[in-house]
Amino acid sequence: MSAYITGCGWVTPLGNRLDPVWERLMNGEKGEITMEKNLETGRLHPVMPVPVKFVEHLSKVPRLRRASPISYFSMAAGLAAMENAGVAINSETAARTAVVFAVSNGAVVYTRRFYEQIVKGGSNTVSPMLFPETVYNAPASHLAAQLGIDGPSYTLVGDASVGISALAFAEQLLDTEDIDRCVVVGAEEIDWILCEAHYAWRLSANIPQMDVFSKRPRGTILSEGAGAVVVAREGQVKLSRIHPGISFSRRSEALPALKKVYGDLLANDTPDAVVSCANGTFVDAIEHSALSMHCKTERVYAPKPSLGEAIGASSLLQVIVGWQSLQKQQMPMPSAGNESGGFSASKVLVSCLGFNQQASGLVIEL
Amino acid sequence: MGVVSPLGIGLAETLASLRSARDCVSDIDSFDTSKCRSKRAGQVPFPKLSGKGRQPHPASLMMMKAVREVVDHDPHFQPELMVIGTTSGGMSFGEQFYRSQVLQKRDRRQAQWLSNYSPQKAVLDAMVIGGFSVPSQIIANACASGSNAVGHAFRLVRSGSYKRILCGGYDAISELVHVGFDSLQASTQDKVRPFDKNRSGLVLGEGAALLAIEDWDLAEARGANILAEIIGYGISTDNHHLTQPHPSGIGPELAMKRGIKDAGVLPEAIDYINAHGTATTFNDASEGRAIERLFGNRVPVSSTKSMMGHSLGAAGAIEAIFSVLSIQHQFLPPNINYVEPDDAWKLNVVANHSCPARVRKVISNSFGFGGTNASVVFQEAAR
Repeated sequence: MSAYITGCGWVTPLGNRLDPVWERLMNGEKGEITMEKNLETGRLHPVMPVPVKFVEHLSKVPRLRRASPISYFSMAAGLAAMENAGVAINSETAARTAVVFAVSNGAVVYTRRFYEQIVKGGSNTVSPMLFPETVYNAPASHLAAQLGIDGPSYTLVGDASVGISALAFAEQLLDTEDIDRCVVVGAEEIDWILCEAHYAWRLSANIPQMDVFSKRPRGTILSEGAGAVVVAREGQVKLSRIHPGISFSRRSEALPALKKVYGDLLANDTPDAVVSCANGTFVDAIEHSALSMHCKTERVYAPKPSLGEAIGASSLLQVIVGWQSLQKQQMPMPSAGNESGGFSASKVLVSCLGFNQQASGLVIEL
Repeated sequence: MGVVSPLGIGLAETLASLRSARDCVSDIDSFDTSKCRSKRAGQVPFPKLSGKGRQPHPASLMMMKAVREVVDHDPHFQPELMVIGTTSGGMSFGEQFYRSQVLQKRDRRQAQWLSNYSPQKAVLDAMVIGGFSVPSQIIANACASGSNAVGHAFRLVRSGSYKRILCGGYDAISELVHVGFDSLQASTQDKVRPFDKNRSGLVLGEGAALLAIEDWDLAEARGANILAEIIGYGISTDNHHLTQPHPSGIGPELAMKRGIKDAGVLPEAIDYINAHGTATTFNDASEGRAIERLFGNRVPVSSTKSMMGHSLGAAGAIEAIFSVLSIQHQFLPPNINYVEPDDAWKLNVVANHSCPARVRKVISNSFGFGGTNASVVFQEAAR
């Protein structure tokens, strides 16, 4: 069965509306980098946050009253995607809609705060308001409630490949469940504990700059936000091949895994452009190597220097970039050293290599 | 199948515990509970980790044991996909990482904590032990995760998308989650008494369970020992509240109705209900009403969480295995610590002792935070 993208929405450090963010990407703009402070050690980490103004319109939604930022991002992107797909939100459409939510670290702000209360104040001093919002599926639950969905709602966890897994999952739901569409949302939020973990893991940069495909990767800049894609059985932009992913347990297995993904997705075909997952880490060299073997196109665009590495949201943001490039017939090209501009394209490869789980990807066709 | 739970390591120990109605809840010894209301949990009887050297997270250890049992029973089963439920991955390692920040002390174990913290790590570790490397889908639908994993895997095989899937769930006890339930006053200082009038809450459990699911014709053709058949799956979302089910029981009722409809059977065909039965006031009231409306008081019901606590993302998968064991061995697993029926409903509770019974079809329920509800229907393997 084929799945089609019928609408998209996103909340990014560059904005919360499709076309204005696209224009900023075309102009080579980047989200503002600020410093996130480790509240215990004082260490500063460069991050690319989503400005509050992009989600504050949701502060009156009752279900979000005590919610973590990730739930705001998810709802904003999910509702925008439904609107973009032209789906009116009512009981009829809700009954035929499923939610698939992708996340890597979840509501890490509330999780850290809740555990902080345990450690510093004792178990009998914690706020019962925080704990429910720490569960991975809280954002999906809020979105389902807002849409009135009483059917399938799934939350998937994983590394940055989880967004592609979620789209594969949505395709499976369209095949096996009595629904007409899935709203697939990937989201992430920043907290200093997440920055500290990635720093300790030697994956994040300690200077406010992300360079991709450089000879000596200096690390990524963590960001936050959400990408949402409405998937249905009919539409104009087709998810022609979604790879289920190839697992790897060691970094040495990542290159063969990604090569296999490209081989499976492309066979002898060449896409018109590639939306790269390059993020300033070990991922870049692996992706570059795999691309040079399987994909000869020069149009390789890496959006992460502009949008940051929003882990659980990142591959869906890449998909939206690919979708926009096909709709608009243009692609930002700052990473390849070329000018951004128009091109004739009908097929885009979205490439994805997570840090510690799967290599994955998909092909979008007009 | 492969299972690790407070009831035992492996199917044989688990079956013996189920039959003998063992109460496997004990005092928590892995973190300080002195300031908690509840100080007990169902804990897997693993030897304590030394804390030295590179050691996997207990979640990985449980998953590795479970996959080893699957492989030992059926070495020829080669999955194409893993669908696994969990709620908290290697949370206790995340807790240790946070504590190291508070202490402002560089700890050599940081790398180990971080690399074993993520939910995918236990799944990848299981693949290494199982001798395969396949795509994975990790479902985190709170306490329904395990049943969602089994149900979704079933749908994929039935649709022909996949022929063989290894599915299940895991979760390990952590301080954060224990305190979380304690703070919500959902946990009890008493024994776990599902569906009892004087029930006062849950205790947490832990474990891992894996089920090898295969297309019937292929399994039969290769002479596999078919333990049971999955025939239906229902999912619903209850939008009433993030942590509380709608008191009417509409969420559980919809999931069970959809599961039974999907199975193509009538409620009268069900011989046993493995209830979600957390023993919280709200869950049991909601589920009890839903069961009564759909099944009356004819069908035997038990919550096996009474014996081992609530293992969250593993619960649905562990209880799927209990359901299959009840079919295989023709008995009803018990609902222990049951003293006084609740007048709010009339249920046929399998009180305190297991008993022999003709069990052909079983429905297993799991309901979770976020309003996710799942029911899976099993039947004996006889075509």
